[in-house]
Amino acid sequence: MTPPLLVIAGLRKEYAVRRGALRRRTGTLRALDGVDLEVAAGECVALVGESGSGKTTLGRCAVRLIEPTAGRIVFAGEDLAALAGHELRRRRRRFQMVFQDPYGSLDPRQRVASIVAEPLAIHTPLDRAGRAARVAELLALVGLAAELGDRYPHELSGGQRQRVGIARALAPGPELLVADEPVSSLDVSVRGQVLALLADLRQRLGLTLLLIAHDMAAVEQLADRVAVMYLGRIVELNRRAELFRRPLHPYTASLLSAVPVPDPGRRRDRIVLPGEPPSPLAPPSGCPFHPRCPSARPRCAAERPPLALVAGEVGEVEECGRMVACFYPGELSPRGVRNGQGPS
Amino acid sequence: MTLLAVRGLTIAFPGFAGERSWRPVVRGVSLAVERGEIFGLVGESGSGKTLTALAILGLLPPNARVTSGSVELQGAEGTVDLLALGPRELRRVRGGRIGLVFQEPATALNPAYTLGFQIVEAVRAHRTLSRHEARDEAVRLLDRVAMPDARRRLDDYPHQLSGGQRQRVMIAMALAGGPDLLLADEPTTALDVTLQAQILELLEDLRRDLGLSVLLITHDLGVVAETCDRVAVMRAGEIVEEAAVEALFRAPAHPYTRALLAAVPRLGALSPVVEKREERA
Repeated sequence: MTPPLLVIAGLRKEYAVRRGALRRRTGTLRALDGVDLEVAAGECVALVGESGSGKTTLGRCAVRLIEPTAGRIVFAGEDLAALAGHELRRRRRRFQMVFQDPYGSLDPRQRVASIVAEPLAIHTPLDRAGRAARVAELLALVGLAAELGDRYPHELSGGQRQRVGIARALAPGPELLVADEPVSSLDVSVRGQVLALLADLRQRLGLTLLLIAHDMAAVEQLADRVAVMYLGRIVELNRRAELFRRPLHPYTASLLSAVPVPDPGRRRDRIVLPGEPPSPLAPPSGCPFHPRCPSARPRCAAERPPLALVAGEVGEVEECGRMVACFYPGELSPRGVRNGQGPS
Repeated sequence: MTLLAVRGLTIAFPGFAGERSWRPVVRGVSLAVERGEIFGLVGESGSGKTLTALAILGLLPPNARVTSGSVELQGAEGTVDLLALGPRELRRVRGGRIGLVFQEPATALNPAYTLGFQIVEAVRAHRTLSRHEARDEAVRLLDRVAMPDARRRLDDYPHQLSGGQRQRVMIAMALAGGPDLLLADEPTTALDVTLQAQILELLEDLRRDLGLSVLLITHDLGVVAETCDRVAVMRAGEIVEEAAVEALFRAPAHPYTRALLAAVPRLGALSPVVEKREERA
């Protein structure tokens, strides 16, 4: 197996909560509560979870757009968390980010060509003509017509804008791309195209992808492995096909069953979770999921289950570790999934 | 029995030549919502589904104009054409017989007033109740939408609620006038899937318990499959197909419906791109 390109170890991010005129620290919000994750070169790992689960924070910490409170971010053998200023900036060309909102993340006063050229001016020694040639290449790579380079972002459709965002991220030739909800603001018909573009780019350029998404179906198209997050922790980590076929954590099972399926025959078996994700300001005792868990027992409220490897069944070849943070894994299955049988 | 019948609705905006040339953006839309039915109106952005809904309530932007068609609402006193009503009568229908639920609960609620104030306002706009009675009614409505700890919540402001709770408040306000029809425009689009499942379940409960009809506007065919009885597919201002939900998903007749269905990523059905990569590995 290739050595991991990105290793995240014991990552924490805490925010101080201040109240009153004196801005006294009254509490701590743990956005990330000890996350460990390895991403192999060329792999696509998806982070999924509800709003507030910490997936965006993790993605942003991974490229140091947010300073983590503690933990290591080892990229290609180097701890990014220990680098600063110039040293960090020099390495940024190797990891880039695609943002969620293609409206807010492009400068409305810059033309498309100049948006895509800016990272080239910062990270490469190319002169003006060299940059123009590279911009043309990049636009072609993401499937945009060359003449769109002269347009302003407001003249483009949502899908085209997201392609510009991808071209900009690819400009300095990164190895790792962190894509934060790259398709969630797009129409269904366009969503498929952008996902296919990402899959294609990954294959052609050998990109490593950290995909942040709440749309399980998007994840299924791209990811090799999926990390399910809940309240700042990874609660399940598995290969994509295996996770979708047989989710082990009850939260994963409920999340999968809540995805609306375009098949009217199936509507009766969904698991509707009660309540909402708890506040990270006052996390519940024990397992953070136990207040909403359909199969919670007394032990779940008392102890916090660690993220641990799950042994494979007899005769099953384990290629990569399935990990789950649950004392009673695999008890809950989403609709259409019974006794380990996949949906037809 | 038909509750709401839209017939041949055409909505136009002024073209380049201004008022002399009108450009139709919704063209000859007809649909009928039966009593106690959840009717889905699906389409992509710009297909005209929201404009259709706004026209039903006389809430079109000032420069838009209904150039033909009728919107008939069945009531105890017979049928009324909503397009022919004056502003006063229309106000009684809006929030009265037809409740409205918008997509963005964060912007649809007034951040400067408590929930209690806003729900009481909605209640008293349509019923003659004292402040005190209206407040009790507000608690009853919040209970009805399964808002935890309803009475205490009345004094909270919208920012103190989560997105799912705000949408519950929106639905409570929509129920304040005792409507026959809920018009819900993308009510779950801003929510996580787990909360979306809760809100869809709530809509189904309301339909069952109160006999409400729901006109559900959405871009998500998954949501339609899970909740609707019948569905109309809109594209470029026209309804291209209308059918019972089972029939539409089993045998979509129009090529656009088939394309739209094919575009919905399904769990368990991998795209060819991914499968190719796996073969290679």
